[in-house]
Amino acid sequence: MISALQSVPFESVLAGGLLIGFAALLLFAFNGRIAGVCGITFSLIKHHPTLPSMTWRWLFLGGLVAGTLLYHFLTNTPFPEPPNNSLPLLIGGGLLVGYGTSMGSGCTSGHGVCGIARFSTRSITATACFMAAGIVSLFVFKHLFGWSI
Amino acid sequence: MNQKIIALLAGLLFGAGLAASGMNDSNVVQGFLDVSGDWNPSLMFVMAAALMVTIPGFQYFLRRKPIFAQGFQLPSLKSIDRQLVIGAIIFGAGWGLVGLCPGPAIAALGYLNWEGVVFVLAMLAGAKLRQVQTT
Repeated sequence: MISALQSVPFESVLAGGLLIGFAALLLFAFNGRIAGVCGITFSLIKHHPTLPSMTWRWLFLGGLVAGTLLYHFLTNTPFPEPPNNSLPLLIGGGLLVGYGTSMGSGCTSGHGVCGIARFSTRSITATACFMAAGIVSLFVFKHLFGWSI
Repeated sequence: MNQKIIALLAGLLFGAGLAASGMNDSNVVQGFLDVSGDWNPSLMFVMAAALMVTIPGFQYFLRRKPIFAQGFQLPSLKSIDRQLVIGAIIFGAGWGLVGLCPGPAIAALGYLNWEGVVFVLAMLAGAKLRQVQTT
């Protein structure tokens, strides 16, 4: 059963996916860069970031926040509910996502949207691994442990 | 200058796409990962739709040159190693636990809720820990 709260209209799902694809293609075709959000974000907190190549990263991330807000205001769609997790689980989940995407050199955007499009076997492998791990993790925490997540 | 405008535009479109698709909603994402419960398969179509654009587009441009840059900046690693697999599994574990991956986590900062801010700070701390370990 799919609850009403969790359903997004199918047109929005498709339009959203197409927009993400066009955005990734734009950055690749014009700037020759991979739109991997974790790579772009985490290079900003490296020890010696060099200034010139940092600007486009800040602009991309600022655009990410602004684009999301613009979508909600222009389409009059309410903001989604924040995650249900308790504070320790939010911190634990964030640490896992940050550490794991750094170690695995990419996330859903870099490996999933861009890497697969380059037919990179590393990215196809990583995407299969994080999808499977996400499904197993949710099953274990929610259904086996019975945590409210 | 041109590259900066493209970066901003790409970010705007990417952010709008994340919001439209439901990826910014951790409950929707967890509904997608919950295959044994109330499974909501819709997010499969987000990646499918994105790939419908990126696969032909990337393959076309890979044989050419980027319009505003000298060349493509692509990862140098080619082989599948333990770091890749273990890293992806650790990431997936956190993704299932909270329902946010890095893109939506950053995009959702605009919603100004403390949960999102805590998650992003922890994510940065996790990445920093890895950077410190490997340098």
